[in-house]
Amino acid sequence: MKILVCISNVPDTTTKITFTNDNSDFNEAGVQFVLNPYDEIALSRAIELTENGNGTVTVINVGEASTEPTIRKALAIGATDAVRINAKPTDAYFVAKQIANYAKDQSFDLILAGRESIDYNGAQVTAMLGELLDIPSVSIIKKLDVDGDKATVEREIEGGKEIITIPFPFVAGTAEGVAEWKIPNMRGIMSARTKPLAVLEAIEVKSLSKIVKFETPAPRGTVKLVDAAEPEKLIELLHSEAKVI
Amino acid sequence: MSVLVYVENAEGKFKKSIFEAVSYAKTIATQLNTSLTAISIGDVASAELENLGKYGASKVLNVNNEKLKSFINQAYASVIAEAAKKENANVVVLSNSFSGKGLAPRIGVKLDAAVISGAIELPNTDGGSFTIKRTAFSSKAFATVEVTAENKVISLTPNSYKVVEDGGSANVEVFTSENKDSDFKTIIKEIVRATDKVSLPDAELVVSAGRGLKGPENWGMIEELANLLGAATACSKPVSDADWRPHSEHVGQTGIAISPNLYIAIGISGAIQHLAGVSSSKVIVVINKDPEAPFFKVADYGIVGDAFEVVPKLIEAVKSLKANS
Repeated sequence: MKILVCISNVPDTTTKITFTNDNSDFNEAGVQFVLNPYDEIALSRAIELTENGNGTVTVINVGEASTEPTIRKALAIGATDAVRINAKPTDAYFVAKQIANYAKDQSFDLILAGRESIDYNGAQVTAMLGELLDIPSVSIIKKLDVDGDKATVEREIEGGKEIITIPFPFVAGTAEGVAEWKIPNMRGIMSARTKPLAVLEAIEVKSLSKIVKFETPAPRGTVKLVDAAEPEKLIELLHSEAKVI
Repeated sequence: MSVLVYVENAEGKFKKSIFEAVSYAKTIATQLNTSLTAISIGDVASAELENLGKYGASKVLNVNNEKLKSFINQAYASVIAEAAKKENANVVVLSNSFSGKGLAPRIGVKLDAAVISGAIELPNTDGGSFTIKRTAFSSKAFATVEVTAENKVISLTPNSYKVVEDGGSANVEVFTSENKDSDFKTIIKEIVRATDKVSLPDAELVVSAGRGLKGPENWGMIEELANLLGAATACSKPVSDADWRPHSEHVGQTGIAISPNLYIAIGISGAIQHLAGVSSSKVIVVINKDPEAPFFKVADYGIVGDAFEVVPKLIEAVKSLKANS
């Protein structure tokens, strides 16, 4: 089985988000970048599925050289090899076009990515890839089992789940539950240094949109505290002041 | 030029988030001086479809055939893109539901459109430009996106736009599509839906609990409070990691992001990753016995107290509020 896992390099989940350049750019100063947690879960499942020599896992990232520590982390977790498309991504469409261009003649059975990246949260790349490669895509899955040349997945829906079978090749976006988190061991970290990491040039893609301004949510006023001895006052406030119940 | 809105049904019915999407799309159509067409796929009664006129759709395209009865991402995207082309629509609106997240990017590629997912406001079309605000950094921030593409696919975050009811009845037309066979590779084997519970992404009210509850056996009072309020239940990451509650209830940076009208957090300290998923809630209530819990800093209302004493009293208070109204 040949699996491709698309990975993003994102600010650590504890990052305080600030902006620079008149609020048009994310302020990267002092920010720790990590492998997008949802992508890490996709990678973990890919590695589980190819254990015992049952296939290969290639990771791909569209990014500048600064993303390489994250790519090496993916190799340390257990990916076989890696590809970096050398470009600063502009939007999800740009990323999807680059990955589709790489994947189109590689005959992957399965292409996985996290359900979304925790920075731009577009949740667009997997379905765009499906469309660009003209193969099925399934957006948010919590379970993925392979049986021969097809897979059974559980897709999340409002208030429940759908169980679907999909023939290879297809693209899927993974959520928590699809695998156990894998932590790189010493052997993995050592071998990651010498695993192949190919750097390819990007293709030209017409830009469809761009972010012009960022802002952070307005701070809330001070909390109104209700005495623990009279919690019924809270219900009264929610009813007559906040008018939400 | 026109605006097309996809109206997703859940077992033949439309949810409030769909009326929000139709109302939103209608306002965009008015901004652009054009009319709104809706497209429905699946088995929906014609009265339900005509009723979409109330929210601003002048025409409803009804796609109802055996092959398209249940949701198949690829096939639905083809149908919607085909309808957009026939209707000469350059704006397509969907609800940012689980299915909407799978559809919008595929429709975008088919129409060479820019895809704006998770929009939270109307676009600004002043001076011929087209900018739109969406959440970013897992709700820690907002991003304003300028769209340069001619065509746009916009998915609207549920509970971020008000339902407007001032229209009449819509004309329902049968729409037939020409799907190719390769659109039908995926097969749905089973749909499991908990019908007795409010679904979390759509919920207007959410009661959420964390490690402060000490164990899964103590969730009875959380569920009782949620049931009384008509709220969905949610939980923090440590709780779903420990399998006290299902992953589908986990809100936060690696779970789901929600924006209900009311979020009640019980026994959750408010780690930055949790706050990311809930900070766009309109009203936040925090109940925690630790007065230093960071959650109080972003709350509108709070009680410093023991959940096991406070929650039963809240339940009684909600009961008497309901009895008196």
